Amino acid sequence: MSQDDLKKTPLHAAHLRAGARMVPFGGWDMPVQYSGVMTEHGSVREHAAVFDVSHMGEFRVTGPQALDFLQYATTNDVSKVRVGRAQYNLLPNERGGLVDDIYVYRLGETEYLVVVNASNIDKDLAHLRALAANFDVTITDESAGWALIAAQGPRTAELLAPHVGTDLAEKKKNSVFTTTLFGFDVMLARTGYTGEDGFEIFTKADEAEVVWDKLLAVGFAPAGLGARDTLRLEAGFPLYGHEFGDDINPLSSHYTWVVKDTKDFHGKGALLGTAPGVRLVGLKLDKVIAREGYPVLSGGEVIGRVTSGSMSPTLKEPIAMALIDAARVEDGDINVEIRGKAHPARVVPLPFHSR
Amino acid sequence: MTIPADLKYLKSHEWIRVEGDTATVGITDFAQDQLGDVVYVELPEVGRSVDVGEAVAVVESVKTASDIYAPASGTITEVNDALSGSPELINEAPYERGWLFRIRFEALGDVMDAAEYEQVAQ
Repeated sequence: MSQDDLKKTPLHAAHLRAGARMVPFGGWDMPVQYSGVMTEHGSVREHAAVFDVSHMGEFRVTGPQALDFLQYATTNDVSKVRVGRAQYNLLPNERGGLVDDIYVYRLGETEYLVVVNASNIDKDLAHLRALAANFDVTITDESAGWALIAAQGPRTAELLAPHVGTDLAEKKKNSVFTTTLFGFDVMLARTGYTGEDGFEIFTKADEAEVVWDKLLAVGFAPAGLGARDTLRLEAGFPLYGHEFGDDINPLSSHYTWVVKDTKDFHGKGALLGTAPGVRLVGLKLDKVIAREGYPVLSGGEVIGRVTSGSMSPTLKEPIAMALIDAARVEDGDINVEIRGKAHPARVVPLPFHSR
Repeated sequence: MTIPADLKYLKSHEWIRVEGDTATVGITDFAQDQLGDVVYVELPEVGRSVDVGEAVAVVESVKTASDIYAPASGTITEVNDALSGSPELINEAPYERGWLFRIRFEALGDVMDAAEYEQVAQ
């Protein structure tokens, strides 16, 4: 794909102005870093930063059977989500894997907003529309109309509060509400993907750049996809295409709580039918960094692969997630093969870091 | 972006300082800027004999691992041990305290001068 074919978010010009390094990501030209991954990562853990995540997709699901439809299409219990609340959820396929992992925001009695991964927008829309044939619902792709800015870090609420038309102290984690920010109509959700407190800000695409500039002016640091990835890795959050995928059963991860066997859903038989043969584990290494795709060894045998790995900016040591043979998780002598050499690794509980 | 005139360069963004029969090798200011925060460096063993073009070291940023190639055939005589505790020296002083290793060589491979490298580093 040439540079010109890449899609641009409404904040693209602002990133270039800020001197961001741009990279292709899921078909989009996105900022990977501004000042540097370590600094930006630290800003989110200790202060507050903003990410442009406008590349993510937004579908509005409305109609008398909106709840019934979402209950069928997802694994988590959407009936538990009250108006003004949000829920992490999964879109299962027919063979025990996932079409995507998503966030479901309940905006009204029969109105939901579903936020999906950028690289899966077309696939998810086709999948949901096919499933919707038997339900009285309308699915509208609103991805192009929304910009999405994730404001994340312990000081986020304090920095936003003077400029928001709602008392943020009353808004708990997973709240979603419409309000004003710097005088613009926005939707705020107390959600995120960094393991820190924060708000995700849905703005109209054509107002996003002004909002972004004002966020920087009140003290948010700009942060790119590089820091977003190290932050989510420390927090043990799966990333679709790495820890989750079409052929990865989510029950292999620590996100089993998102799969509710108390309800019926599309692909339930395949997903719950057989216990997954692999398990997602956290690994820590001494100095050497295990990267995606590197073999995990036990007793000289390959027992799995690294799905994500990096130097942890918070812990200052290499961390990784890996899918390994479920029967070998308790093996004492786990190694990761890095450039032809076996390096010792310890299986550790996920997440690596929590607030 | 600085490109010192007295050094030689590879198109894979190593710099080479030649003093007698010894070449000191590091990565350029352009390379460290492209990589971002360097968090780990793997250096060759002293005494190892290497071929020109052989991958002999690895410099890793948060995001990626990059191979470093030998600019000449010869023997590794010294490595920068300070990098194991302070890999960020590569970002802070790529041409000085961030050097990687030294090779005693017989003949240097194909290298560029600063003016030629300037065309590559953009």
